[in-house]
This record gives sequence, C-alpha cells and structure tokens, in this order.
Amino acid sequence: MVARPADDPPMIARYRVKIPSPLVSYTLGHDEVIVTLPELSPDHAPPLRAIVAALDSSFPGIRFRMVDEQGELRPHIAVFVGSKAVRDMATPVPPDTDVMIVAALSGG
Amino acid sequence: MAASTRTARPAVRRITLLVATRKGLWTLASDAARSRWTLAGPRFLGHNLHHVLADPRDGKCWLAAARTGHLGPTVFRSADRGRTWSEASKPPAFRSDGGRSVDHVFWLTPGHASEPGVWYAGTSPQGLFRSVDGGATWAGVAGFNEHPQRKAWCGGDQDGTPDGPKMHSILVDPRDAGHLYLAMSSGGVFESTDGGADWKPMNRGVRADFLPQPAPEFGHDPHCVRFAGSSPDRLWQQNHCGLYRLDRPSTEWVDVGVGMPKSVGAVGFPIVAHPRDPDAAWIFPMDGADVWPRTSPGGRPAVYRTLDGGRTWRRQSQGFPASQAWWTVKRQAMTVDAREPAGLYVGTTSGEVWGSRDEGRSWRCLARNLPQIQAVEATG
Repeated sequence: MVARPADDPPMIARYRVKIPSPLVSYTLGHDEVIVTLPELSPDHAPPLRAIVAALDSSFPGIRFRMVDEQGELRPHIAVFVGSKAVRDMATPVPPDTDVMIVAALSGG
Repeated sequence: MAASTRTARPAVRRITLLVATRKGLWTLASDAARSRWTLAGPRFLGHNLHHVLADPRDGKCWLAAARTGHLGPTVFRSADRGRTWSEASKPPAFRSDGGRSVDHVFWLTPGHASEPGVWYAGTSPQGLFRSVDGGATWAGVAGFNEHPQRKAWCGGDQDGTPDGPKMHSILVDPRDAGHLYLAMSSGGVFESTDGGADWKPMNRGVRADFLPQPAPEFGHDPHCVRFAGSSPDRLWQQNHCGLYRLDRPSTEWVDVGVGMPKSVGAVGFPIVAHPRDPDAAWIFPMDGADVWPRTSPGGRPAVYRTLDGGRTWRRQSQGFPASQAWWTVKRQAMTVDAREPAGLYVGTTSGEVWGSRDEGRSWRCLARNLPQIQAVEATG
C-alpha cells in the first residue's frame, strides 16, 4: 500500500456503466450512467460488487433485479468489464474502465 | 325537505378480472349484467406475471408478482386499482447467508381482515414471505423458511415441477389470523396454528403414487387447495394424485375423485369453491395419463361441478369447443366471483378467457389472443 499525506484529496474511481433496456426504468431512461466511488487504494481497484452497490444507491432497486440475494449475478445477466465478460462480483475493476451490463436471453 | 320515496337498491357489483400472463397484465371489466366485457391492457408488457390480485379488504390495492426473462423477482403494488404502480422497495428474498435465491414469486394471499396491510407470498423455490405494509417490504417467515424440517419437506431446490418447485395455496382462516395453511408442489399441505411460527404436515389420506412409501407424512404434490365457501373448516384439494376434501377437526383427507368418470380422470391444476355453498366446487380436469399432457381430456374441455361435497361430479361444457381444444388451465387461472348466481372464469395457456355467469352451466369466450395466461382473479 502506498502511503499518502493526510491532506491529499481522496482518490475517486469513476466508471461509465452501460445499462440494458430492461433496466433503464431504474435509471430514469438513461442507457449509460456514471458511477463514482472512493478508490480503496492505488493498488486495490474496487470490486465489481462495489460498483453495483453504488449504482443501486443512486437507482434503488436495480441491484436486486440483476444480482440475487446470495450476491451472484442472475443467470441471464452478463457483465463486461472492459471487453472481458465476468461473473465474479469480486473482480477488481480499475478506475475509468467501462462496465457494460447485458441482459442476455434467448427464446420467447 | 321531503323524504325520498325512492327505494334504495343494492348496488350491482361489476366484475373486473385481473388476467396475469407470461407477457403482462390485462383486465376485463364487465357491465352490471356480466354480459359485456371490455378488455384493457397491457400493463407490464413483457413481464412474466405469476399472480395479480386485488385486496378484498379495501378493493383498491392490487399486488402483482413479476419477473422478466432476465431480471429477478419483484412485487409491484397499486393503491388505486391498477392506475399507478410502484415497486416493492424490498421484494421477497431469502437470507443472504442461506445459499438460496428466489427465482419467482408464485402466489400472493391477502392477510386476515383484522390485519390490514398484511400479505403473504409463496415463492419458487419454496419460501414463505410476509409483508405488513401492503407489499412495500417483505420478510421471510422464519418459522417456515428456517424450520429444521424444511429441507426434508421441500426436497432440493431443483426438485419439483419443470418450472421449479412452488409454494402456493396460502390460506388464512377468516376466524383466526394465526391459523394458516400452505401447500407445496412438491412437499404437501402444511398447517400452522401460531401465525407461522411452526408448521405441521397435513397429508393423511392423500396418495403420493410417485413416492416409494405407501403413506408418507409429506412429499405429496397438491396442485391447489381452497377453503370451501362460507366454511373454513372444509378444504378442497386438487392433487397430482386426485381430488380430496378435508373436514376439520379431522386431519384425514377423503378421496372425492372416485366419482369422476374414468375416461376423464381426477387430475388437474385448479379447484374453485362456490362462494357460499360449502358442498359446491368446480375443477378443470386435464389429462394425467402416461407423460402427463395436462390438456383437456380428448381435446374436449369441460369443468366438472359437485353439489354434494364431492360424492358426484357433473360435466359442464355448454359453449366450450366440442372437439380439438387442447386447453391447459393453470392453478391460479380459474376463479369465481361473489355474485348471485356466481360467475366462473378460466384462462388458458393458449391465451383465452372464458366466463360463465350461471355457475358453469354455459360458457362463452370473453377474450382471446392473449399471451399464456397464468392467473385469473376476480374483483368487484
């Protein structure tokens, strides 16, 4: 961990999050929102679950529709961190990475 | 001021049917004679609605159990008969340390008349939830969800019907808010006399042909359980293995399927009790042979009615197609209104709503071309 002087401004991690159409009712119709949260430390990027929690605090209810009560992504929800598909909510997400939520469903 | 000479007439109650489908909510509103019906909707287009019903305690509050193909389960609430809706801020969810996740809310039941705002929800996989604020927030009923026997009663979360194991038929004794029943497919019927703090199986006399034991205590497959009209001491049960009646305080169900024609059988999903006559009930038989087609036997849909407590059943099909109609009617998709004579309604998985305003004697189609119908409830 890198020590910082106490009067340093807090480091802020910023993410652009793409919202799929089934969830835009929670984001006031926006298909893209900006999520910010304090970066834990320069060496430890916040986990995906922290970004989703921050998303939920801005848009209440959105988390439970995409993540179940055990903290797992629901079966037909996919998340891309940058260009990589992830399902582990502990995946670290470096600041300024784009996060894309995808509602993936086939059939009628 | 001169006294009015007009005689007050009792208000004729128009009926509204809440038609919950796999792709949204529609309503069918009747005129006073229940002869003209107006279809409105959709609301929640694209949402998979397993149950929508009105609160009989105030007539204004409607609750809808919803999910979509990708999104998790939730409950929507309306305080103005469906004009505006808001989502529960805390939908039914299991404990985060329990390893289980609600797939969908399958069943909704309003609480006792003395407990306005109380609702119960049954989920898939099987869980019991309670709201005390009109459905805005939900908490698990620990007496069931954390019961040491729950896993034995319910089996694994992958067991049960192809669409997942279900809790349904949550019944609240109108004389006692603490006296509850519930049913599970599979699991059986259970009773609580202490507001849900503890539960006991109540399946004596009910067959479970798919289990190795001749008379298991639980593990049965009730499809639907209802109180008899005006008599909460009598329960009707449509089971995977036939038809049953229970007259409390007995705890032994009586097989009342023996009076059904052999060619039709005694298998189906719904059972509906007459609103006033405890000896009268209707079923919608479906083919339970070999691979369980669950369609009208022979492609000839009919309801069967008993007027004598299940000893005999009489076919009622006037107005239904006479052939090549392979209907499936789910357990929440057959209901009755409170009018005299009672109106009876069925919704099919092929998207048709049929109604009878003469207690099942004659039928006509009220709506067609809807998505797969999962529940029909009457209010008004």
